[in-house]
Amino acid sequence: MSLSVSISKSFGPGGFHLDAHFEAQDGILALLGASGCGKSLTLKCIAGIETPDSGRIVLDGRVLFDSERRVNLTPQERRVGYLFQQYALFPNMTVAQNIAAGLKGGGRKRSAEAVADYVRRLHLSGLEGLRPHQLSGGQQQRVALARILASKPHAILLDEPFSALDSYLRWQLEMELADLLATFQGTVLWVSHDRDEIYRNCADVCVMDRGRCDPVTPTAELFRRPQTLGAARLVGLKNLFKAQSAREGGLFLPELGAVLPAPALEEGVTHVGIDARTLRPAAPDEPGLTCRVVRITEEKEHTIYMLEPENVRSPASASTSASVKLRMEQPREARLPAPSAKGELLRVSVDPGDILPLRS
Amino acid sequence: MDWYPLWNSLRIAAIATVITFFLGVFAAYQIAKLPRLLKGALDVVLTLPLVLPPTVVGYLLLCLLGPRRIFGSWVFQTFGVKMVMTWWSAIFATAVVAFPLMYRTARGAFESFDPTLADSGRTLGLSNTYIFWRIRLPCCKQGILAGTVLAFARALGEYGATSMIAGYTPGRTATISTTVYQLWRTNDDAGALRWVLVNIAISFVVLMTVNLLERKKVVPRREELS
Repeated sequence: MSLSVSISKSFGPGGFHLDAHFEAQDGILALLGASGCGKSLTLKCIAGIETPDSGRIVLDGRVLFDSERRVNLTPQERRVGYLFQQYALFPNMTVAQNIAAGLKGGGRKRSAEAVADYVRRLHLSGLEGLRPHQLSGGQQQRVALARILASKPHAILLDEPFSALDSYLRWQLEMELADLLATFQGTVLWVSHDRDEIYRNCADVCVMDRGRCDPVTPTAELFRRPQTLGAARLVGLKNLFKAQSAREGGLFLPELGAVLPAPALEEGVTHVGIDARTLRPAAPDEPGLTCRVVRITEEKEHTIYMLEPENVRSPASASTSASVKLRMEQPREARLPAPSAKGELLRVSVDPGDILPLRS
Repeated sequence: MDWYPLWNSLRIAAIATVITFFLGVFAAYQIAKLPRLLKGALDVVLTLPLVLPPTVVGYLLLCLLGPRRIFGSWVFQTFGVKMVMTWWSAIFATAVVAFPLMYRTARGAFESFDPTLADSGRTLGLSNTYIFWRIRLPCCKQGILAGTVLAFARALGEYGATSMIAGYTPGRTATISTTVYQLWRTNDDAGALRWVLVNIAISFVVLMTVNLLERKKVVPRREELS
């Protein structure tokens, strides 16, 4: 059982262009991307609310959309559950009636027992007679999920499931949602811009950036070694620089005016990323990059050093050098050899294996 | 006192309201989906009867339904029925004049309807008919009800177009408004006043109903407390 998506949609010349290609198996696949990258649009195309310009969408062997064979099933025929950001409960109906509408939509008998079954499974007992506006955000989400499950979908799409909720509620609700989805037989697409939410709940992830999709990767792998500049930004990597292979070997980073010892770049790699935690003060006999400490911030477990490279001589970066900063995070207990104060110079280095090559 | 004008006015207004309800809601729903330019043009055409003098509407209707005009003569030859100067001729006049009120309030209500509700209904597998009658219409209930009552009030008070197309025949085509004019014209001041008071009483009740319908239900939104 799987969902295969290969679609494109344009909004005028020079406008937004969506080009999404991925394959999702049973279980949860995350679509991770900044807002406006086309995640929701992709979901809407799969659900049939929006129509792609071209491409093909196949769910469990059923063709939902195929521009070449002129197949475009209605949302009703697609049997794809969609959890909207604001849940989209029918305001004129009670909780029980909303769930019953799901049963009807799934072509099932609207029996009191079936409604009661979903009320019990989603912990909605006692709320059956209330209207959506009388419910808390978390309760609304559970009603929306009950309604979706009652319609017996073949796949479930979650559009930023926690964006409408206060953050201190999320933890509990996230666990409930994950438990519920674990019982669902079929593909689940979980759209979010929150990397931690994705990390906690989704085994695989597909990064979207400005309408384009990266290949599906295991979530842990993406966080350990992001492959593209967009992915690196999304997983929270702070030190991202343009890179070229230096003539004398190693990497030349024009923005820093520095050459780092590293293996030559592969074809297509335009940037490198350095995790703030792998950047460290250089040993005395080690080549390093001399920086001025411009800011020190203490956090609960880390000390964050903002560093400005000294002696940037490259003309390419002369105009921008003032804004180029390196971020280094050290555990609080680690005492730096020269406990640098603001304004002092510090030589930093990074192991060649910790320099992450990135495609743009 | 002969109550025929009251009965006639009420049945004309009621039938015209039912017609404008379905036509107005249908037009509002369809037009909300059109591209902007076409929407603007059609909107003007459909709203025109609101600003035109009723006599102009009456004239245009006579051009269409008159016994020697295209539609009127066709109906007379086919069914042997005259379209004008009967009690139900006034239904055409009142329906046309009341239509824009229904159409505009219904359109306003539909435009404020959250489209994701319809989308979620469709992804759940609910038919478009179900979504329209069970979700969209109930959610727009207040606006549509207010439009219906306004259309009824306007239909009840219609004079100009009605007098042109149905005339004034006591006991046959007389309505409240044409009766008031007729009684005043024949110096029956007391009789005219009686109908004036009846008319004011009905309009008062109708407008009170509109106000009650338009008052927003205040529902305290529960914050995230659980």
